[in-house]
Amino acid sequence: MKYLFLFINSLLFVWGCQEPSPGNLPILGERDFVDGDTVYHAIPDFAFLNQDSQLVSNETFAGKAYVADFFFTHCPTICPKTSAQMLRIYEHFENEDRLLLVAHTVDPKRDTVAALKRYSDGLGVSSKKWHFLTGEKDVIYEIADDYFSIAMEDPEAPGGFDHSGRLILVDKYRHIRSFCDGTDPADVDRFMKDIETLLNEENK
Amino acid sequence: MKRINSLFLLAFTVALLLYACVENPYTQGKILYTNFCERCHMEDGTGLRGIIPPLAGSDFLLKNPADLPCIIRYGLKGPVDVNGKTYQTEMPGEPKLTEFEITNIINYINTSWGNTGELAKHPAVREKLKECEEAQSLGK
Repeated sequence: MKYLFLFINSLLFVWGCQEPSPGNLPILGERDFVDGDTVYHAIPDFAFLNQDSQLVSNETFAGKAYVADFFFTHCPTICPKTSAQMLRIYEHFENEDRLLLVAHTVDPKRDTVAALKRYSDGLGVSSKKWHFLTGEKDVIYEIADDYFSIAMEDPEAPGGFDHSGRLILVDKYRHIRSFCDGTDPADVDRFMKDIETLLNEENK
Repeated sequence: MKRINSLFLLAFTVALLLYACVENPYTQGKILYTNFCERCHMEDGTGLRGIIPPLAGSDFLLKNPADLPCIIRYGLKGPVDVNGKTYQTEMPGEPKLTEFEITNIINYINTSWGNTGELAKHPAVREKLKECEEAQSLGK
């Protein structure tokens, strides 16, 4: 499974090197051909609880794009940096109703609704704009795959969890349109331009 | 030829001095900061809003200079007030850092981002760490 993931990653990497045509982001991920039609990779159905104990599902994002990542509040490594970059995106698009943010915890045991509420209150962000999600551990780890992200328990990893610091851009059709390394501010600059490109595309 | 050589040497020395004066002198402190502190407190010392307190312009550093060695080695539990805000996140310690390394980190922080905290001296840092070590072993 890990190797398959690495393989997909390297494919994506090669793909990412190609200059996308201006004003049009590619649809990323594996695709199937069914009866002559192309079926693109899409985020499956999900339902998690957010920091207000509200159920958050695909319905929450109907007609909207969103940026997703995976983190945990006790994370001693990359999370503060990815959260700082998510915060940058939050502030830049604060008044843009067509974009939401979603952070999934990979440590639901410690990151209860109350813990996520403390974290989001600490950041001072609105739970209508930036959802911090928790749920069944296995379900979270499974959906991480769909977001091209890694989420797993690993006693050897600092803090006890292994996860990628990627930020993923999902459009209103549940397709992944861009991603970046959430620890690299320059890559996030590029990613924010992609978000604008996507929102402009939806204007047309 | 000899004169040109010595002129060149002089220019080189002046350039080196200028460089040393402009750059932060705590090179080891900077490297250690990057490896041990930066992922939470950030490269520019700003921390993470509401979650991780800033080190840049922090009143906590000015008010509690003597506590810094033990905080770096043993971490910090419980709420901490910085610039009028309360932070709850627990800070993990770095027990493997030596007295010298901790001194260099403190001095890097106190000379970066416009900070003006007094410089830590190695004997005082050693003394403080010894106290904390004893307190820690009593606590266990």
